Amino acid sequence: MEVTQVLFNAQSIDGTVRKNAEESLKQFQEQNLPGFLLSLSGELANEEKPIETRKLAGLILKNALDAKEQHRKFELVQRWLSLDATAKSQIKACLLQTLSSPVFDAHSTTSQVIAKVAGIELPQKQWPELIGSLLSNVHQIPAYAKQATLETLGYLCEEVSPDVIDQDQVNKILTAVVQGMSTSEGNIDVRLAATRALYNALGFAQANFSNDMERDYIMRVVCEATLSPEVRIRQAAFECLVSISSTYYEKLTPYIQDIFNITSKAVREDEEPVALQAIEFWSSICDEEIDILEEYGGEFTGDSDVPCFYFIKKALPALVPMLLETLLKQEEDQDQDEGAWNIAMAGGTCLGLVAQTVGDDIVPLVVPFVEENITKPDWRQREAATYAFGSILDGPSPENLIPLVNVALTFMLSALTKDPNSHVKDTTAWALGRIFEFLLGSAVDLPIITQANCQQIVTVLLQSMKDTPNVAEKACGALYFLAQGYEGEGEPSPLTPFFQEIVQSLLTVTHREDVGDSRLRTAAYETLNEVVRCSTVETAPLVLQLVAVIMMELHNTLESQKLSSEEREKQSELQGLLCGCLQVIIQKLGSSETTKYAFMQYADQIMGLFLRVFACRSATVHEEAMLAIGALAYATGADFAKYMPEFYRYLEMGLQNFEEYQVCAVTVGVVGDISRALEEKIVPYCDGIMTQLLKNLSSNQLHRSVKPPIFSCFGDIALAVGEYFEKYLMWAMSALQSAADLSTHIAGDDELVEYTNSLRNGILEAYSGIFQGFKNSPKTQLLIPYAPHILQFLDGIYMEKDMDDMVMKTAIGVLGDLADTLGNHASSMIQQSVSSKDFLNECLSSEDLLVKESAQWAKLAISRAISV
Amino acid sequence: MAPHDIRRPFKRAAISDQQKRRELSLLRQAQNRRDAQQQARCLASSILSLQSAAPESQPEQSDTEIETVPESEQESEAFSKDLDVRQASKLRGPEVRKWFARQLMLPEWMIDVPDRLAQDWYVFARPAGKRCFVVSSNGTTVSRQRNGSILHHFPSALPAGAKIRDGSGSAQSYCILDCIFHELDQTYYVIDMVCWNGYSLYDCTAEFRFYWLNSKLEESGACNAPSHYHKFRFSAVPVYNCDSSGLYSAYTGVVPYAKDGLLFYNKHALYQTGNTPLALVWKDENCSQYVIDTDGKGEIPSQQQVVLELQDDRKLVTSDDPPVLFGCLDGDIIEKSGLHTGNLLRFAIGDGGLSFADGKLEKADLIYLGKSNRARAFADSYSKVLFQFMVRHSPLKIDDLLASINSANDQEKTPSDIEMVG
Repeated sequence: MEVTQVLFNAQSIDGTVRKNAEESLKQFQEQNLPGFLLSLSGELANEEKPIETRKLAGLILKNALDAKEQHRKFELVQRWLSLDATAKSQIKACLLQTLSSPVFDAHSTTSQVIAKVAGIELPQKQWPELIGSLLSNVHQIPAYAKQATLETLGYLCEEVSPDVIDQDQVNKILTAVVQGMSTSEGNIDVRLAATRALYNALGFAQANFSNDMERDYIMRVVCEATLSPEVRIRQAAFECLVSISSTYYEKLTPYIQDIFNITSKAVREDEEPVALQAIEFWSSICDEEIDILEEYGGEFTGDSDVPCFYFIKKALPALVPMLLETLLKQEEDQDQDEGAWNIAMAGGTCLGLVAQTVGDDIVPLVVPFVEENITKPDWRQREAATYAFGSILDGPSPENLIPLVNVALTFMLSALTKDPNSHVKDTTAWALGRIFEFLLGSAVDLPIITQANCQQIVTVLLQSMKDTPNVAEKACGALYFLAQGYEGEGEPSPLTPFFQEIVQSLLTVTHREDVGDSRLRTAAYETLNEVVRCSTVETAPLVLQLVAVIMMELHNTLESQKLSSEEREKQSELQGLLCGCLQVIIQKLGSSETTKYAFMQYADQIMGLFLRVFACRSATVHEEAMLAIGALAYATGADFAKYMPEFYRYLEMGLQNFEEYQVCAVTVGVVGDISRALEEKIVPYCDGIMTQLLKNLSSNQLHRSVKPPIFSCFGDIALAVGEYFEKYLMWAMSALQSAADLSTHIAGDDELVEYTNSLRNGILEAYSGIFQGFKNSPKTQLLIPYAPHILQFLDGIYMEKDMDDMVMKTAIGVLGDLADTLGNHASSMIQQSVSSKDFLNECLSSEDLLVKESAQWAKLAISRAISV
Repeated sequence: MAPHDIRRPFKRAAISDQQKRRELSLLRQAQNRRDAQQQARCLASSILSLQSAAPESQPEQSDTEIETVPESEQESEAFSKDLDVRQASKLRGPEVRKWFARQLMLPEWMIDVPDRLAQDWYVFARPAGKRCFVVSSNGTTVSRQRNGSILHHFPSALPAGAKIRDGSGSAQSYCILDCIFHELDQTYYVIDMVCWNGYSLYDCTAEFRFYWLNSKLEESGACNAPSHYHKFRFSAVPVYNCDSSGLYSAYTGVVPYAKDGLLFYNKHALYQTGNTPLALVWKDENCSQYVIDTDGKGEIPSQQQVVLELQDDRKLVTSDDPPVLFGCLDGDIIEKSGLHTGNLLRFAIGDGGLSFADGKLEKADLIYLGKSNRARAFADSYSKVLFQFMVRHSPLKIDDLLASINSANDQEKTPSDIEMVG
């Protein structure tokens, strides 16, 4: 095969030629992988070949080693590992050779391919000579070879995890990289490559950052690089500082003063990409300190991992003025541009984080700025003042803020209607939203909203919904939080008298001509949802009226025909919003007997609409419609059976949707809802559902987060159908058993422990449902053979000592269910288990009331089982 | 290695409403699953607490009894026996409804005025709303309606009613209140107190229970306005001695709730579950919107309707213990309509009405209408049928009650006169 020609053809403008070439490459890869990879690496290495084909060869090589999808990636890795060793070493030799190519595209692609190979081989302890030979390159004369090598080291650090590289080699890599960054390096490209490589290598430098001398050296070089004449180097150096701020927060004390000086100079004087990174450094420090303070509640104890050094608090007097200055550097149209990100936005965001970090201390530093600028003729000053005020509303204590807010509120309401500048109005509406978000609610006794001003607030917000789309969107957002402030309050909400007017205005917004171009429509429906969620019993009849309105809207979307693909996407999005809204309404009306009864008149029609929404998407079901159906099933109860014949295929479709695993997860939840609603009437659909659920469990393509809810769903079904579950018992039990085995012995990070606990919880909920479902049935004895394993599982997870309260509660409940259902058949087994003694006692004296309650149940059930 | 994107969300809420919808759905599903499980275990916290509070409970009955004994015979059985978890936990669907219905003290309808009304009885205006049991225990409060369904699950200031009180929330601490939930002001009106802070009041007289209710409820903070840890306000109702001024106050007095008749409680009566003649309900148009029974459509049928239970020998009886015989059903109808023993059947009372001899029902003119609504757990009681009959024909008026009190007063004042006449 003439590879060069094929690679040429693969880039042809002629579609047929291109397709043929791609096809023959694919065949080549499938029929002779080593030959294929060798030809490509040969092409890449050959200095006589054209740039285009060399570059493409490198790209194809890279794609033959890695893929985004986990299972595909795994497959490619296995194929590389099983290749003939000679072929592999030939390929690797070609690659290393190409790294010194003077052709930029050739060596730059090669460095990525080498990193991919390293990512596969280093964890297997293969290619041990790689790092050594790369490091020997660093001393090569041609600068481009040096640059390519440093880039390769950077990619390599991105690809492999720190534990696969010896400290000795890490030291050498860091030495090479930091030397490449230093001022003594004359070549800009080399310095840049080294600085970017350090960014990736920082994760390897734990030991080096613990060594004062080495850390001082690295920090000095990074700080020097922030002063480089080359803007890209300055930017990359600040990126390193940002990364260091989170990775090595606890090592920063000696440098923080210098870093403040560097960053504040950059924020005030440097080009925007650099200034943005400099601000990000402080935002990142805020993130760290907020986390630390949240975790330890401000009290540092001996057990704490990292103490808070209060860098932000100490820097406050200088940091806040610097950030306030940035607020005045707004761009004219930043509010219309979804993707905008500039220094004013970054500075404002950082100011908000600083407020969260230090609380009350920020107030006296910001208030004078607000007072001075809020009435200035220049819109920039008014906007900056408003933004500054809005950004400090989360953090300081309400007692401190509410007096300020009470003074500002009238002014803000007037600005929202009268300010000539749209930017100012946008920020004013946003700041009002922040007031409602953080300062309403039962925790605070001082009122902001009174009978006197409520009318005015609502009027102004509703009026602003007619303003430009961005202002209207923020006004919707403010109303969202205003409504949320009265959620779950027993006393009548002051919004109740305005309910109808608010709903009408929001519906009007959704029909604006210009609603499609922004987030406005979404914001309007989301606000409508929150207004409904937080509505009180007085307005229930109005919520009921809304049902027909939203149904009509949904009906209209189903009538439009012959849409372009873009229009179809918008239509599907709108259907999602409408189904979401109906879901909220159903859940609201379904939660009280009286309103549920009145709502049920619409059930048939609503279900009909949901089915049509499903039908107009060919391949997937709509997550929002599925969620809404779950709520409907709960409200309808056993009558839901009449919808099942038509709904079932969409249910199945949802369960089969591995790609959008959220949809699959939501559908699994809905199966639970339907089981509880239908009880034994779900039997005709059980074969299909159980088959699909079992299939899902055994698939390695389904996102793992869906598996625990599938087990819980087994429990829901078993509880609903009782002894009829016998049919699936063997399969379900075997799936449960193997999952149980997997979830007993685990060691891993917090995320794995958390997942394992959710898996255990699902397994245990399944056992509970099965035991309770079989209770009082003549077939109870079918469960006896499974009891020893289940008790072993309970003992096992008890011994592991890493259960959370949720698992504890479910686990001890299962012990009770087992005793309750099996009675004296299991009494000796139970008495022998650790769970029935130590575990039970531990649960009985638990602080968690749900755990305690379950334990009392178990104790009672066991004592009966034993006494009989 | 391109520069890294550091864009942060700007002027955006931290969580999307869609995520919120998902999370609320999951929360609802988890709650529903828990409810389903608890129902299966019958582990409503109330039952366990009651179990531990009723050490005097009678020896266990055999398992089968609950399913086979006709409900009319169980009405008056002791509460403690019914609390046996082992039996209660076997209940499903309609049995759950019956079980819960049996836990409440149900007043008979006042068809004649009891003696010594002024001396032995309390009176108060009954709030219109949902009758329910409110149980606080283990840091949460649950209200269950007569049919067993949960009305609310909420935190309250009742002892052990929310997760904020440390210490007081011991496992033994719990409360059971007999309440009416009044929709309009979202308030639980406490009409009786069954257990307070782990202390059982079943065996206490109404006099003591009402005294305890009035002092303890206020003290607990349960009457305060709703807050985060206290979702609904509780309130006691004004209870009067049933002398003429007390009766007048209950009848005409202004209360914050809509009235649905007057309740009369005998001061010496213990809390007895099921129907009891020691609590009575009476109403007229002035103190209730619902004097004459309405049908499913909310309209007053032209003829009075009653629900009776069909027994083995075609007998039609009330839910009383012992049952009162109203007549026999035609064998033809039983066959044609496929009726079985135990069915609850709906009848209209024809023009022949009810006739009495010696104060007992002699004959009823019954017209068969069909089976009753499935949600019904019991037949009508004798007193209810009679009260409804009287309302349509010769109602017992407030003046009759007042007159009875006054004439009794006269008698009290002149006891010797009576002896002399006797």
